[in-house]
Amino acid sequence: MSVIYGIMDVMLPFEFMRYMFMKNALLAILLVTPLFGMLGTMAVDNKMAFFSDALGHSALTGIALGVVLGMPNQMAAMLIFGILWAILITFVRHHSKMSADTIISVFSSTSIALGLVILSRGGAFAKYSSVLVGDVLSVTQEDLLALLVTLIVTAACWLLLFNPLMITSVNASLARSRGIHARLTEYAFTVLVAVSVMMSIRWVGVMLINSLLILPAAASRNVARNAAGYMRLSVLISLVCGITGLVLSYYLNTSAGAAIVLVCAAAYFVTLPFRRK
Amino acid sequence: MSQVEHKHIHHPHAMKHSDLADCRLCRIEVDQLGVTLDNQVLLKDVSLHIHCGELTALIGANGAGKTTLLRALLGQIEYKGTVRHLSSDGRPAADLRTGYVPQQLEFDHSSPVTVTDFLAGSLSRRAVFLGVSRKMREKVMKALARTHCEKLADRPLGALSGGELQRVLLALALVPQPDLLILDEPVSGVDQNGLEAFYQTVDELKRHNHMAILLVSHDLDVVERYADRVVLVQGTVIKQGSPQVVFDSPEFEQVFYARGGRA
Repeated sequence: MSVIYGIMDVMLPFEFMRYMFMKNALLAILLVTPLFGMLGTMAVDNKMAFFSDALGHSALTGIALGVVLGMPNQMAAMLIFGILWAILITFVRHHSKMSADTIISVFSSTSIALGLVILSRGGAFAKYSSVLVGDVLSVTQEDLLALLVTLIVTAACWLLLFNPLMITSVNASLARSRGIHARLTEYAFTVLVAVSVMMSIRWVGVMLINSLLILPAAASRNVARNAAGYMRLSVLISLVCGITGLVLSYYLNTSAGAAIVLVCAAAYFVTLPFRRK
Repeated sequence: MSQVEHKHIHHPHAMKHSDLADCRLCRIEVDQLGVTLDNQVLLKDVSLHIHCGELTALIGANGAGKTTLLRALLGQIEYKGTVRHLSSDGRPAADLRTGYVPQQLEFDHSSPVTVTDFLAGSLSRRAVFLGVSRKMREKVMKALARTHCEKLADRPLGALSGGELQRVLLALALVPQPDLLILDEPVSGVDQNGLEAFYQTVDELKRHNHMAILLVSHDLDVVERYADRVVLVQGTVIKQGSPQVVFDSPEFEQVFYARGGRA
């Protein structure tokens, strides 16, 4: 770790980089943004923006469960809840005749309300308000390690999942005829998103996490000409916007997550005129 | 496994008029196929032969079970009965390999995924965001050439017209070369020129590659012009034979013209 900090001191001789929390925050951004830039491409292509929003909201209940169960188990509680919740929404979506919008709304509002009820018990919600907007400045070295593992595992899964997801997004029946297990692919993707959301939610925040997933990919598809460009540009946009947002938030003294999302939104609007007709 | 009785050996063209006739071509024999889903009988006792080098059209009213039959043949749903792939001498041939061109494509048309990405992603496990190798690109171009759409290689999938998209999907369905090509109403919402181009290509494939083709269509003009055999489905096979035989049958009349019918 000290080697990394040393390198950062030499390469980034800026005033804001003198603080340890800024160094950690920057490292967290370098790990979280590519994760979401990557997953976002297929979330958008599979029309799952609303679904992933529900997953983000479910993190509130996850955090609440973690608080109830105590710190040592918090991460495990969040992960298990996130994965089960994601599988449940997907299952209900496939086995119900109701429209996906309605089902997702039901799940989304349930998890928000449940999380709020638990966290606000005894009027103590103010203490947890940071989970709404996230606090990337409080990242510790252990958190960074967890994020690094998440990124590596997700990237490895992504190598296997990208093609099946791309084909399934065009036509599930066609995908099946080519030997792709469309349902399994969808569940695997859902779980991947759920894990990434839960691992990052404390730094990015319930209200902002979905923007981080959707905006870079949406901006990238404005200008990308093929799948490779789409992916690379989405990761690049989220990285650049993440760093820019963090630096801006330091100087403007605002929430880092919100600043990052605003820069992502700016990237989307700047690229919009270049959209192919 | 025993075969359906050899009633008589026919010239390939003569057999059009008899049901379930044997022939000297390789074929796919569907015997007593039934599908029950959620205690609802969708198909029962479906028996038909699909011959190589012929286009067999499935017709019937909405809800008659055409798509269910396709899904059974594609192995996507469970069914009773047997589907056998037999070589020209009546012996079991290698496992049936199917190619499939789906019906509707309601995908996100603003995605940057190109025709090449889509084919490369279907033909190889290598994640396409790593880039498409030169070798794979050659393979994709070769596949596209078979349906005359090399020019579309770098176009985004969502920017294609209905007819172009169907030809691209047909190109994909041909790799690896299938024994049975299944076309699920492939040209709904396609303009007249696109429709002609598509069926000309299908006809070429039938003639040059000796492929068995199964088409589900509501377009009876297309069926009349391009099908060698027609199978009328209504929960089961209620009539099969040459287009003329089926179109002139009372069963056909009942399904498509009877008052109060479901068609």
